[in-house]
Amino acid sequence: MSAIVSVKNLRKSYAGGFEALKSVSLDIEDGEILALLGPNGAGKTTLISTICGITVPTSGSITVGGFDTQTQFRAARSLIGLVPQEINLEPFETVMNSVSFSRGLFGKPRNDAYIEDVLKQLSLHDKKDNKIMTLSGGMKRRVLIAKALSHEPRVLFLDEPTAGVDVELRKDMWEVVAGLKASGVTIILTTHYIEEAEAIADRVGVINKGEILLVQDKADLMAQMGQKQLKIELAEATATIPDMLAGYDLERAGDGMSLTYSYDTKGERTGITTLLNDLQKAGLQMKDIQTQQSSLEDIFVGLVKETS
Amino acid sequence: MNLNAVWTIYVFEMRRFFRTITQSLVSPVLSTSLYFVVFGAAIGSRIQEVEGVSYGAFIVPGLIMLSVMTQATSNASFGIYFPKFIGTIYELLSAPISFLEVVMGYVGAAATKALFIGIIILITAFFFVDIQIAHPFAMMAFLVLTCISFSLLGFIIGIWADNFEKLQLIPLLVITPLVFLGGSFYSITMLPPVWQTITLFNPVVYLISGFRWSFFGAADVGIGISLFAIALFTGACMAIIWWIFRTGWRIRQ
Repeated sequence: MSAIVSVKNLRKSYAGGFEALKSVSLDIEDGEILALLGPNGAGKTTLISTICGITVPTSGSITVGGFDTQTQFRAARSLIGLVPQEINLEPFETVMNSVSFSRGLFGKPRNDAYIEDVLKQLSLHDKKDNKIMTLSGGMKRRVLIAKALSHEPRVLFLDEPTAGVDVELRKDMWEVVAGLKASGVTIILTTHYIEEAEAIADRVGVINKGEILLVQDKADLMAQMGQKQLKIELAEATATIPDMLAGYDLERAGDGMSLTYSYDTKGERTGITTLLNDLQKAGLQMKDIQTQQSSLEDIFVGLVKETS
Repeated sequence: MNLNAVWTIYVFEMRRFFRTITQSLVSPVLSTSLYFVVFGAAIGSRIQEVEGVSYGAFIVPGLIMLSVMTQATSNASFGIYFPKFIGTIYELLSAPISFLEVVMGYVGAAATKALFIGIIILITAFFFVDIQIAHPFAMMAFLVLTCISFSLLGFIIGIWADNFEKLQLIPLLVITPLVFLGGSFYSITMLPPVWQTITLFNPVVYLISGFRWSFFGAADVGIGISLFAIALFTGACMAIIWWIFRTGWRIRQ
């Protein structure tokens, strides 16, 4: 696969010296869904804004579809649709006019049939003649998406599309995103919701303090860093971990009623069988056992902690 | 050139004008009618002719200019300030359009609105006073140029302003006094010599004088100088706007 968006050594510092992006390099593959995770102020929005032309890079280069966003901005921006984080809409306009306006800005001739199709996909069609000020928050967010899709972009940036959105609408949006991916659109979304990245992304990028910490295939990432925990509940409390179990690096709960064993699911041997045997030999009676897999959230929190 | 985008911005802005058509048109017509009643009929009846023209007719070009300049400035400044205020400016910045196209759309719409209002006031004037237009083409040319140049000025103000107070500040504190002192309601030859000289530093004098020339064939300053002044003013506004977009001042960080 080839990169449709290529960011090289991108730096962005603001007047006053704040460095929002520190030499960011990132290739986004054609047709993928990339989720950018990061805490508030990590530089997610700055990165998107700089690719889309809203802010000017301090140094470095960005190409979209092979076009430089500075010197060939028309060709580059024509390929991009942007759904901003804030709900920024002209309140007095109708949905239809507002979405058609976006299409026109991108130089495309008015095409009501296409716009109506987009509105139908987003369950907005029955609101097309309503003024935007009369819509609910969730509906307004759909309008923002419709505006971004109005000019048939090849790359879609969704900046926290589901922040403050109810569960049903979030699921709807995931469906829309899946539909867009199926039609060949590359999607970059930033999110706070890790389950969102887990649910829909092909690759996950983690950004913190203006630096990309990692970009990896979601499944690989979870497999590589995914550790499982085996929690063993005991019938009777144990005051210490018996010496013969010292090699397992067990963690004893405060009340001594349970032991936790961490192991790598991808490892040659998990060591579970021998542990269970040794537990019996040591005279500990098991009441129950359960396993837990670390989520993307644990991985994310771990990474961000390391850098701060 | 992304002409579709220019047209899209233009139509979008014009729709705002037509949404508030009553306010947009009734208020200038009403205020102009009041000027005619007060200055033209009540006070004007006690004033002799000015430069061979009845006072009621004499103030028509000045009145039109007064409205056109303030309307062009406020329309254009609001037009570009509003997207900044509500945040929809992101669309303009991320669209494949150049600054020239943005300016053409916004300034074109603001100038059109101002032109509408100017023509409506002219039509209203016909109901109150007897006027002839000596050079109708020159009159339209002056009117259009004024609409465009003051819309450019308004555009600059709209970019500069970061709150509603600033948006009102320049029209209120600068343009209105300049227009009133620029000979809207009098010939500058009526002023004492010192003030005549000072007045020549007011750019609006040249615009009103030229516009009045197109009605009555007579002017305070030469028509060539008037044309030069308006060209200079337009050029200065364009240069500032070019600089704004080149540096991204107040819009693109």
